[in-house]
Amino acid sequence: METNVLTKSELIFSVNDLNLWYGETYALKNINMEIEKNKVTAIIGPSGCGKSTFVKTLNLMVNTTPNVKISGEIMFRGENLITKKRDLVDLRKNIGMVFQKGNPFPQSIFDNVAFGPKIHGLRNKQEIEQLVEKSLKDVALWDEVKDRLKDPALGLSGGQQQRLCIARALATKPDVLLMDEPTSALDPISTAKIEDLIIQLKEKYTVVIVTHNMQQAARISDKTAFFLNGEVIEFDHTDNIFSTPNDKRTEDYISGRFG
Amino acid sequence: MALRGRFEEEIKVLLSKLTDLCNFADKALNRSITALEQYDVDAALEIMDDDAKADLLYEEINDQAIILIAKQQPVATDLRKIIMTIKIATDIERIADFAENIAKSTIRLGKKPDGMMDAFIKIKKMQEISSEMLMDSLKAFIDEDIHLAKQVADKDDEVDHLYSQTIQELFQLNQQGAGNISEIIQLLFTCRSLERTADHITNIAEDVFYLVKGKHYDLNE
Repeated sequence: METNVLTKSELIFSVNDLNLWYGETYALKNINMEIEKNKVTAIIGPSGCGKSTFVKTLNLMVNTTPNVKISGEIMFRGENLITKKRDLVDLRKNIGMVFQKGNPFPQSIFDNVAFGPKIHGLRNKQEIEQLVEKSLKDVALWDEVKDRLKDPALGLSGGQQQRLCIARALATKPDVLLMDEPTSALDPISTAKIEDLIIQLKEKYTVVIVTHNMQQAARISDKTAFFLNGEVIEFDHTDNIFSTPNDKRTEDYISGRFG
Repeated sequence: MALRGRFEEEIKVLLSKLTDLCNFADKALNRSITALEQYDVDAALEIMDDDAKADLLYEEINDQAIILIAKQQPVATDLRKIIMTIKIATDIERIADFAENIAKSTIRLGKKPDGMMDAFIKIKKMQEISSEMLMDSLKAFIDEDIHLAKQVADKDDEVDHLYSQTIQELFQLNQQGAGNISEIIQLLFTCRSLERTADHITNIAEDVFYLVKGKHYDLNE
């Protein structure tokens, strides 16, 4: 019998009674979720269900939206992110984010990856070079770009740009990588590369990924949360969600009967 | 058309082919026992020829199921339904093979057996129970009805009981020197085919449980 009781050391986020409003719109309703370290957690659900809002709440990026009101707890490293005043730049160093479409800075490949470490005070040229190389190797991009590191990042293909953005996020040595539909703009080969990468990344990082692609969630995640109308309907091991979900709404959604 | 409406339609077509295969096997089983009772060699030959139709239906079901998985990428109950359809088609195709085996036994008898009325009555009864089990198992699968599936599995005990009774009677006949040994052997084979038929139908009942519950159950204990 598998135990559901997780010790605090196995958890990276403990979300308790999280509520969020955009003005009058009640967008996240009493969310309770425990996100495990070194696991891939997939967030699925139809458009407007609150999955992107939830992920953006985990690094407080949602605070940039006007009229946002949040209550509840997001425990991260022993602190409640919602009530604790903390340096957002530092927080996002620990909780990196990758978006739907690769968004490299209009700079060289090298400078894109070096940007984060430099912001955080790294000055030693050799260390920066080593970090750039390691980050690009982590995303399996090094061999493709090592001879043109000074070329503009915007000259890379869509899939390469997305892997560069992941490398940029990894260069600050985060604990968590949040991904909001990271492959929705990519072709199948690039998607497969990113999926392989995500599975490898969980050895060192915790990944929380929003995806519209059911098969992707099934392929790469350890646990899956199904969101609907701002609520978590079901949160379980991915194998259970895609074979024997407990809630009929989950089954209807993953079977493509609505959404 | 509702979301996944086309998928639902394609599943219906698949299940209708499975129903065709099931009706075919049921009819073949019924005909094979009648041919045996009446020592109707022509009917037995026809049953053997017809088996190719069951093989064809079985192949069609497999091909359609694979195309459906490739095109629709089903999950959860939808996926189990398609996989179980393939598995059930295999069981039913095997039942059609048993009907063919019984037809072969009819031909090997060489003449209408004498003095084995009791055995024939029990063999007929085994076939009737098996036929009822077969049609109910298909209904249970299509309706996702585990209660009916359990009733089907329970009836396997009746077939097993008749099987051991008939075997004993046939052995006794042999010991008494009352029957022709080759006739007794063919009837033993027939009993065995019917007993195995009921076992395959019990597999179908277990598949209904797996479809609905997503867990494996052994109903054959």
